[in-house]
Amino acid sequence: MTFIRNFIAFWYDFIVGDDWRVAAGVITALALTALLAHRDIAAWWLMPLAALLLLAMSLWRVAGKR
Amino acid sequence: MSNVFLVLAAFLASTVEMVEALTIVLAVGVTRGWRSALVGVAAALIALAAVVAALGPALTLVPIDALRLFVGGVLLVFGLQWLRKAILRASGYKALHDEEAIYQAEIEEARRAAAEERAGLDWYSFTLSFKGVFLEGLEVAFIVVTFGSSQGNIPLAALGATVALVLVVGTGLVVHRPLSRVPENSMKFAVGVMLTAFGTFWGAEGAGVDWPGSEGALLGVLALIVAASLLLVRLLRQRQESFERGMRERAGAGAAS
Repeated sequence: MTFIRNFIAFWYDFIVGDDWRVAAGVITALALTALLAHRDIAAWWLMPLAALLLLAMSLWRVAGKR
Repeated sequence: MSNVFLVLAAFLASTVEMVEALTIVLAVGVTRGWRSALVGVAAALIALAAVVAALGPALTLVPIDALRLFVGGVLLVFGLQWLRKAILRASGYKALHDEEAIYQAEIEEARRAAAEERAGLDWYSFTLSFKGVFLEGLEVAFIVVTFGSSQGNIPLAALGATVALVLVVGTGLVVHRPLSRVPENSMKFAVGVMLTAFGTFWGAEGAGVDWPGSEGALLGVLALIVAASLLLVRLLRQRQESFERGMRERAGAGAAS
């Protein structure tokens, strides 16, 4: 049990790191992109915009702690 | 074009991770002897090869769109994490990675650690070398496997990593010192940008997007992320400088009263 917990914790820390909101935002943006694309609506702009917004918000959370 | 970025991203990511692993192995080897340290390195390389051998072929069996959606998403999360740290370093919010200082700290710790022999090996040297090489190498393996499988060319990504391995280990053998002159912080910034750009591009493509200009759009995404990252560094640096100025003024006012 401890091994499984440690294994999950390791991969979580490895990929998600210390801001889970970024991961949640990426999943939401991908889902929205898929939804728009499958309705034949141009959605190429959504992922770059989401990536930049998520990055800026994550950085601002760190800067705001000062 | 994507193939050039594929090799470049694998090369840069591998170089920074291998420089970090080399620092740990050098510190342990110089302080406590080379045998156990090198056995640790060999064991870690075998474990990494097993990870790549298991994951690589498994990923090639997944349909390309599903693979790009999954790998794109994971790479984007992973890349944003790298880029975030790189921007925080460049703007002064996080200490710069200093290989020489890390080397000295590792040497001190290796000198203080008690000697314990297991399976005929200095256990401290073995485990530290193993962990150092395995954990740093895991990021390289992750990038090689995900980039390579999404681009349908794992050998090309592996080539970038191999060139980095030969360069870093070769230089390490010659100079016998940590490679503190490698511009690690800038390279980490570049890798963060590339991981984020590739993750964005593949993730969207896997979700069903048709990029205007097809593969050429990757260059546009890359340019956008570079420009936004540099702007964020500038904004954060200004904020940090104004914070430090405020602290100095408050300290000066406190001393005067």
